[in-house]
Amino acid sequence: MTTIAAATVLSTVAACGGSDDSGGGSGGGGGENEASDIGVTADTIRLGAHYPLTGVAAPGYSEIPTGVQAYFECLNQEGGIYDREIEFIFRDDAYNPTQTSQVTNELVLEDEIFAMMSGLGTPTHSAVLDFLNDEGVPDLFVSSGSLLWGDNPEEYPMSFGWQTDYMSEGKIIGEYIAENFPDAQVGLFLQDDDFGEDGEAGIRQYIDDQIVAAERYTPGNTNVGPQIAALQAAGADFVVGFNVPSYTALSQLTALQLGYDPQWFYSNVGSDPTLVGSLLNRFSEGQVSDAALLDGALTTGYLPTVDMTDNPWIQEFQRIWDECGGEGELTNYRVYGMAQAYTMAQALQAAGQNPTREGLVEAVEAVGSEWEGPVFAPFRYSEESHMGTSGMTIERIVGNGSEEVQPVRITDIGDAPIEEFDGEPATPPTNAIPDEEPYEG
Amino acid sequence: MSDLQSPASTGTAGKASSDAPVKATAGGDAPSAPATSGRSFLPQSTLLRHLLVLAVCAVLAVVILEITSPFQNSQLATLSYYAIAAGGLTVLTGMNGQISLGHGALMAAGAYTTALLLDAEEPLPLPVILLASIVVATAIGALVGVAAARLHGPYLAGATLALAVGLPGLAIYFHDTFGGEQGMRVRAPQAPEWFSSFIDTVSGNSASSTKWLAYVGAICLLITYFFLANLIRSRIGRTWRAVRDQEVAAELSGINLGAWRVLAFVVSAAAAGLAGGVLAIVVRLAAPSGFTIVLSLSLLTAIVIGGLGSLLGALLGSALLVFLPPFVTNLGGDFGLSQTEAAQLAPFVYGVVLIVVMIFVPAGFVGTIRLRWMTRKAKRAMAQAGADGASSRG
Repeated sequence: MTTIAAATVLSTVAACGGSDDSGGGSGGGGGENEASDIGVTADTIRLGAHYPLTGVAAPGYSEIPTGVQAYFECLNQEGGIYDREIEFIFRDDAYNPTQTSQVTNELVLEDEIFAMMSGLGTPTHSAVLDFLNDEGVPDLFVSSGSLLWGDNPEEYPMSFGWQTDYMSEGKIIGEYIAENFPDAQVGLFLQDDDFGEDGEAGIRQYIDDQIVAAERYTPGNTNVGPQIAALQAAGADFVVGFNVPSYTALSQLTALQLGYDPQWFYSNVGSDPTLVGSLLNRFSEGQVSDAALLDGALTTGYLPTVDMTDNPWIQEFQRIWDECGGEGELTNYRVYGMAQAYTMAQALQAAGQNPTREGLVEAVEAVGSEWEGPVFAPFRYSEESHMGTSGMTIERIVGNGSEEVQPVRITDIGDAPIEEFDGEPATPPTNAIPDEEPYEG
Repeated sequence: MSDLQSPASTGTAGKASSDAPVKATAGGDAPSAPATSGRSFLPQSTLLRHLLVLAVCAVLAVVILEITSPFQNSQLATLSYYAIAAGGLTVLTGMNGQISLGHGALMAAGAYTTALLLDAEEPLPLPVILLASIVVATAIGALVGVAAARLHGPYLAGATLALAVGLPGLAIYFHDTFGGEQGMRVRAPQAPEWFSSFIDTVSGNSASSTKWLAYVGAICLLITYFFLANLIRSRIGRTWRAVRDQEVAAELSGINLGAWRVLAFVVSAAAAGLAGGVLAIVVRLAAPSGFTIVLSLSLLTAIVIGGLGSLLGALLGSALLVFLPPFVTNLGGDFGLSQTEAAQLAPFVYGVVLIVVMIFVPAGFVGTIRLRWMTRKAKRAMAQAGADGASSRG
């Protein structure tokens, strides 16, 4: 009872003060918090997610939930969302869709989460897409760039993407190569699933005539010698990889063995220098000790990275990690998790003081495209599209960091044009806690 | 594990066969009802007896599914496909002495068949689709079985291992048909009208799709176990055991070793195919990453922990696979571990359980209990005989 009383007082004070900077507790009316839907009580909101915490996909990806959790921990210390604490439950699926289905059943039916957020992986999340939509559970900000979550809101009204989709990424890379390397003979190194397929479709829109070879690898097969040799034989002097980090390391080592030295361009997913460096070290049994091989390679970015120590978002996230995080350093994967948690906080604020599952989805559709945050370019959320952010920079890897070689450009799936992004980079609000108005349908 | 059941490799097997049953398969060898004593109220006919047990189990299943929460319903659906596959495997390994590391691949065959057939514009009725899954897996099982019948122990393990590794690769190779690495999403069939009225009459619970899938799983499980139990107790089961325990004697008795081994593999593959079909609709996805070698090994550990050759053991072992990881994870969370650490604890505890079982109850749960019971009975009989002998002499 005291909590509710305190909540009322606080929101009244905030309303009277009219201040916009007073954190997540402001913005609502003077009403009381109610248990407005499954997973929401007067003082908690329960969210859930699935990640590979064990198994082959765990390195890197298992750090994302620690970032999400650290952000929510600090958010809760500052009063949470409308004085509700965020409970974030994440469960291990070992990157196995069968287990994803089991843990999602557990999250939805047993833990009774209000919404799923940040569920990771294309094959894994595919397994629960129908279930979440049938049960009417909001499925926000899936951690994968597949088009599946966003391009068909009629069939999957509850699901939303978050990161730049692989097709848009391919288009921006294609345009960059067409303008800056018009004479390059381009080879593609692709993962043999939607990831490589969407990326290839995007890149071919711009440099179809420059591509001399497209080689595919199957995840799990660690010998990429034939593919790299075929690229070399085709005379490719510029290789674009749509691959995961372990295959960045494998392709580098294989090229080293073959004496093949093209200009490399790795898509965002496969380019984290710290992780690739440690993988290189492991795969080469210590003969290559860091990511120096990657020096000079190009990549894309849609989020600030930990090496940008003068970026205000990174500074805030560093503070949050130091105050509310666990063991270990702030990594790009933790930044990714915190950025998603930031967007989630925006969504929950927009859903209003007493959110419902329907209301949350409506709010994201209605105002999600206006949100500013750590992500470089705006989201594309609307009733017609549930795609996430659309813009990317082009960056050159230097040491464990990167320098920008082309500012943010934005596009969309299909044959939408690529445009310069003219918005200013957002600065973080106080304590990196958003302050969105509730959306009134 | 492979030498558990390689009868030809040990010279002592022949001597053992006339005495107590092989220790490791004690779980499966005891008759399901005491045939000699007149105390049993169960019918003498195997078929009638099993029908009675089936009816009791069906009522029990309905009761269990109605008193448990929706999440536990979903866990029971998971349990059902593990148990169906493990039941088939326990017949193969426990009854016939063949080892298979390839049952995950046979499940994949069933799952992809179900996924493809449900993908059609006007899908066939669910029972037909599941039957088709059984047929496809059976065909593959027959092919593998023919090869397997010539192999023993580690060679057989290797050949079936190749199946487990290779078959899911086909899904990636024929990308356009099977959806590649991402697999095929399966639209779970909707519950029919009569189901909700049935649930309404029985308990008044809401007939959710989770509940429907749990019922589909339970029905498939009961039917499978009914058939398998009858097979085990029939002439076929006895022949399989003869092939397993003493090859030479079996051959001298006119048993065609190869044909009977193929038959065992085919029956086992049929169960795996059904399990795969149920898995596809419960998980709503058929993807190669769901049918890794880990699945095949889990099934093997389940039947070993439960007791080789025993259907009840296969069910218990599968229950451990389904219920132990979440239990351990939640326990770890309660003891203050972070969620990541708690998740890492689950495979570790499962490994420890497996080792402890192997050391202290090598015949599995069911096997050890039956072995104890038989030992006690034998001792009593010996004491009785000793007492009779003493009195007759005196």
